[in-house]
Amino acid sequence: MSGFFNYIDRKSPVHDLTGASKMACLLLWTFAAMLTFDTRVLAVLSVLAVVVMIISRIRISDVKVLFWFSFVFMVLNNLLIFLFSPEHGVTIYGTRHEICHLFWRYNLVQEQLFYQLNVILKYISTIPVVITFVSTTDPSEFASSLNRLGVSYKIAYSVSLALRYIPDVQREYNDISVAQQARGLEMESRKQSLVKRLKNAATMIFPLIISSMDRIEVVANAMELRGFGKGKKRTWYSARPFRFADGFATAMCVLMLAASIVMNIINGSRYFNPFV
Amino acid sequence: MRQHTAGAVFLYMSEPIIEFRDFGFKYTSQAEPTLFDINLTVGRGEKVLICGPSGCGKSTLAHCINGLIPSSYSGEATGELLIAGTSFRELDIFKLSKTVGTVLQDSDAQFIGLTVGEDIAFALENDRVSNAEMKRRVADVARRVGVEDFLGHAPYELSGGQKQRVSLAGVMVDDVDVLLFDEPLANLDPATGKTTIELIDDIHKSTGKTVLIIEHRLEDVLHRDVDRIVLMGEGRIIADMTPAELLSSDLLVRNGIREPLYITALKYAGVSVNPAIGPQRIDTLRLSDDDIRKVQGWYSDVPSAAALEKGPVLLTAHGIGYTYGNGCKALDKVDVDVRKGEMISIVGKNGAGKSTLAKVICGFVKQQEGKVSLNGEDMAALSIKERADHIGYVMQNPNQMISKPMIRDEVALGLVLRKKLTQEEIDAKVDETLKVCGLYPFRNWPVSALSYGQKKRVTIASILVMDPEVIILDEPTAGQDFRHYTDIMEFLRSLNALGITIILITHDMHLMIEYCSRAVVLCDSEKVADTSCEEVLTDTDVVEKANLKETSLSKLASLCGIGDGQDFIRRFITADREAR
Repeated sequence: MSGFFNYIDRKSPVHDLTGASKMACLLLWTFAAMLTFDTRVLAVLSVLAVVVMIISRIRISDVKVLFWFSFVFMVLNNLLIFLFSPEHGVTIYGTRHEICHLFWRYNLVQEQLFYQLNVILKYISTIPVVITFVSTTDPSEFASSLNRLGVSYKIAYSVSLALRYIPDVQREYNDISVAQQARGLEMESRKQSLVKRLKNAATMIFPLIISSMDRIEVVANAMELRGFGKGKKRTWYSARPFRFADGFATAMCVLMLAASIVMNIINGSRYFNPFV
Repeated sequence: MRQHTAGAVFLYMSEPIIEFRDFGFKYTSQAEPTLFDINLTVGRGEKVLICGPSGCGKSTLAHCINGLIPSSYSGEATGELLIAGTSFRELDIFKLSKTVGTVLQDSDAQFIGLTVGEDIAFALENDRVSNAEMKRRVADVARRVGVEDFLGHAPYELSGGQKQRVSLAGVMVDDVDVLLFDEPLANLDPATGKTTIELIDDIHKSTGKTVLIIEHRLEDVLHRDVDRIVLMGEGRIIADMTPAELLSSDLLVRNGIREPLYITALKYAGVSVNPAIGPQRIDTLRLSDDDIRKVQGWYSDVPSAAALEKGPVLLTAHGIGYTYGNGCKALDKVDVDVRKGEMISIVGKNGAGKSTLAKVICGFVKQQEGKVSLNGEDMAALSIKERADHIGYVMQNPNQMISKPMIRDEVALGLVLRKKLTQEEIDAKVDETLKVCGLYPFRNWPVSALSYGQKKRVTIASILVMDPEVIILDEPTAGQDFRHYTDIMEFLRSLNALGITIILITHDMHLMIEYCSRAVVLCDSEKVADTSCEEVLTDTDVVEKANLKETSLSKLASLCGIGDGQDFIRRFITADREAR
C-alpha cells in the first residue's frame, strides 16, 4: 500500500542524520524558501533540493502519491493566481511588457509569467525536501525529534502513533468497505449522486469508528501498563548521538537561511527585479 | 460454596505476593458488583491458572492486580488487596508495573514500538534509562525469549508466536516479580499456542517468577503443569485446587468450562477420574487394565456416525493463484470443491492464505490465476454485490460489520439497498430471519445493548436475510467461552440443516472435528490436505506442517490400544453431542 506518509528504509547519508537535525534542517530550509522571491536564491535552493532527494536515494516511484498530490496542488495554485489576479506581476515589478492578448480581461504579460515562475520555483525548492524528510524519518524518530525540539513527549508520541496506525486504519477501512459493498452498498459507481455516495461512506465510518475506539483503548492500556506518562521526561531507544554530519547539515541550512535574508536586504525587497 | 484442598493450603506456605482479603469491586458504570468476597493468596513463585466463563470476573480480577483498575476503569473496591505486602490503595499503575508485568491478549495492539528492539525497550524509555544501558538490557532479555535475531524487525515481519515472545520480553525487561497473561492463546494457531505455553513454563522454571494465566481454554494451558487452578463464576471464586483435583470433580462442566476431551471421554466410559490416575495431562494419565477395558467397551457400544449423503457440487475454486501487490504469494494453485449442504472448515497456520481464499471466493480481491464458479457458472463477471446474493461473508469482528444503530434496520439493510422487494415483503423477510436467529424478541432494541455473541448473531442474520446459498464465516467463535461457542455453533448447524452450505475459517481444532465433515488445510499458500477432519488430525505430517494440533482423543485411543483413532474421535463426537 503506498500510503501518504511512508517511511522508506534505505541506507543513505540522509537516513543517517538524526531525526532532530533533519527536523531542524527542514524548518530552516522552509523558512529560507518562504522568506524570499529572489529567483536566483530560489533556483539555487531548487537545485539543492533535488540533489538532497537524489542523495537520500528516494525515487519518484516510491512517493508517487505525495508527488502527484503536490504537483496537482502547484498547478491549481498557479491557475488560481492567474484567474484572480492576472497582472499581479505588474504591481510587484512596476513595469508592464505585454506579449499578447488572450481573452476578456486576460493578457499574457512578461512580469506575470516571471512572478509565477517564482511561485513554481518555491514549490520545487521545498517539496522535494519535505518528501525526503517524511520518507527518511521513521515515526518514532520523528517523535523523539519533536521531543528534542521542545514538544512534550506525550504529544510527540501521539503524533507518531497516529502516523503509524494510518496503514492499519486504511486496511481496516478496505475490509469494512468490501463487506458493506457485499451487502449492496454502491461505492465505485458514478451513477450515484454525491449526496448518496457521502451517505454510503458514512455507513462505513460508523463501524470504523467503533473498532478504532476499541483499538485505542487497548493501545492506551498497553502503554500505561508499561509506564507511559509516568515522568516528565523519557529517553528514546532510537535516539542516536549527534555526529559531524548532523552539525554540518544544520550549519549549511543556517547559512542558506542567512543568505536568503541577506539577499532580501541587498535587494531592498523580497523580489529580484530583472525588468529595471 | 468454595472448595479448598490440602495441596493448595500447603502452597500458601511460601511468602505471599498477591493477597485478596474479602475483596469486592463494583464498576462505576454498573449497578451490581462484579467481584464478591474474593479471598485468594498467591505465593511467590507459584504458577496459577485463573479460569471461568465470560463475564465471571476473571478480567476484572486481573485489572485489579495490574492497576488498570482504577487507572482506566473506575469503581469502588471493598476489602483489601496486598501486592508484595503493600495495600492497593497506596499503589498506582506505574508503581504496580514494577511488580506486575502484563502480557495482553492482543499482541498486535500491544506492539507499541516500531521495531522489536524499540518495543522491548518501551518500559525502559519511560523510566529514563540511558541509551547504552537500554541497548544492553534489551539484547539480554531478547536472548532469553529467543528473539535476539529480530531486533530490527517491524511487527508485520513477525509471526504470531514471535510477537507473543516480544510482548513477554517487553514486560520481563523490567525484572517484574509477577507475570500476568491475559488470554494468551486467543488469536494463535494451535501449534503456536502450544509453544507459547511451553515458553511460559520454561520462563517460570528458569526465573522462578510468579505466573498468573487467565484463560478459558483449559486443555491447552494444561499442556504444561500448573500448581493450582482458580475457577471463577459470577464474580466469586468457586474452586481453588490442583488441576488433578479439579478435573476429578464436576465443577468445570457445571460452570461452563470445557473439560479436556480425554477426561470427558473417560467419564463417558465410566472410568472413575480421581487424582490417583494423574488426570491433569494426557502424558501423566495412568489407566488400570480395568479402566482400559471400560474405554474399549464404551467405544464398541457407541454407534458410529452415519456417513453423510453427498449433494451435488455447488462451489468450485479451481487453480486459484493470488499474489499481493508487494510480490508476496498468498495462494498457489489451490483447488476446492464444496458440495451443497456441506459444513467444512478451512484451517492452517496464521498467514497461510485462508482469509485470502475466502476473499477470492467472495470477489473482494481478484485472483490472478484460476476460476471460481457457482453451480457450474463462472463468477468472474459478477460484482461484489452480485456475488453476495449467492455467497455471504461474515467477518470475525461483528463491530466491523454493524453499521445501523437498531437491530431491525441492520438486518434489513441488505434488502433495503437491493430495492427488489416492497417494504411489506422486507418486513416479513426480516421477521422470519430474526425468528430463525432467535433475535425476534430483541427486534426493536439498539445493537449496542447486545452482548458480543448476540451481535455475532445479528451479523449472521443480516447476511442470512439475503438468502445466500453459501455462508463463509471467519473465526465465528474466537474469544468465546464454551457456552457461547456451543450457542453459535449449534445455531450454525441448524442453518446448515436448512440446506445452507457453510464454510468456516478457524484455528479451533475442537470446532473443526465437532462440526465439520471435512477440512481443507492450507500451508504456505498451498493446499496440503482436503479430507475428513479426523483424518487430518491423525496425519502427523499435515498436523506438523500446518501448525495444527493432534487431539488428546487420538492419544487416549492409542493408550487404550484402540487402533482406529479416527473412528474413536468420530464415535466420541456422536456420543458427546447426544450428551449435551
